[in-house]
Amino acid sequence: MKSRIPLFIFIFCCLLTLSGIVLGEPGEVFQKAVAICLSCIGIG
Amino acid sequence: MERFRHLLQLVSAFVANCRLFITPSNPIYKGPLKHVCFPGLNCYSCPATPWACPLGALQSAFANLKANLAVGKINLGLYVLGSLGVVASLVGRMPCGWFCPFGLLQDILFRVRLPKVDLWRPLTWGRYPSLIFLVIILPIFLTDKFGFGQTWFCKYLCPAGTFEAGIPLLIMSPELRLAIGTLFYIKFTLLGLFIFWSMVTIRPFCRTLCPLGLILGLFNKVSWLRLRFHQNTCVDCHACELICPTGVFFATGRDDINSTKCIRCFRCYALCPGGAVTIEFSSIMKGELENIESCDCNQKQG
Repeated sequence: MKSRIPLFIFIFCCLLTLSGIVLGEPGEVFQKAVAICLSCIGIG
Repeated sequence: MERFRHLLQLVSAFVANCRLFITPSNPIYKGPLKHVCFPGLNCYSCPATPWACPLGALQSAFANLKANLAVGKINLGLYVLGSLGVVASLVGRMPCGWFCPFGLLQDILFRVRLPKVDLWRPLTWGRYPSLIFLVIILPIFLTDKFGFGQTWFCKYLCPAGTFEAGIPLLIMSPELRLAIGTLFYIKFTLLGLFIFWSMVTIRPFCRTLCPLGLILGLFNKVSWLRLRFHQNTCVDCHACELICPTGVFFATGRDDINSTKCIRCFRCYALCPGGAVTIEFSSIMKGELENIESCDCNQKQG
């Protein structure tokens, strides 16, 4: 019996990534991530 | 293969922290590369790194989820989850064994000549609450009145952040030293404990608390790259159990060879005298019976 689950998961993850890019997530997520960095590492 | 892996770990640590020898005016890089997640635990606040930490970015997306939804912005962390999934669906947890700078640090520390202690297996379950509570539930649901949550794992636990960002930033910026509070000392102590633990037990952080390793590991069974154990060619020498850095005991049937614990270092593949461990890279999973039958046919033909 053969299963194409790995292929489907890969395609699904590619689509998730593209959706995130289309929604403008990379820029926003990381600007906020960098802005709160000090509290992230236990300073302040 | 082990030497090649160590070489790749070193190259990867250098790539992850390629600003190491630059004296920047702003200690934290905020350019376009910060939009790309490095496939390993490498703090995005580290002055040496131009990349983002996938775990930090994911928590940040979750921590801002309520506030974003309140103003009509859709930001679900799809980009981070998707890019992690793309890597994991291809190679599973291989980045832990081959690319993670914090994994390399633990591997180096384990070479210190001290008596070695095995990890108590139930501690490996600690990865689940670490991921579920510190990375997902608390950042999303425990928010302030404006809807902003906290990056709980980074703030209260991550020793990689203290080592790669906290300490270097304090060395580089004297004004930050004035802002040190109790939390930093607690995290500093935690880092010290993990450093000592890494000297006596192999990869304790990866095996007990790393949520990133768990996310990648969940793909081990369904990734394109998979390990396969052929019981019929196993010579019962148990060498695989002795050399496995994460304690995956597949020869005795205790664990699956593609367990979430496996960091894909391929030591078992390289050392197995009977050739009972093979590596396959395919987008199609074949059934167990079919594979064993084809294996037997090959042996008969050989």
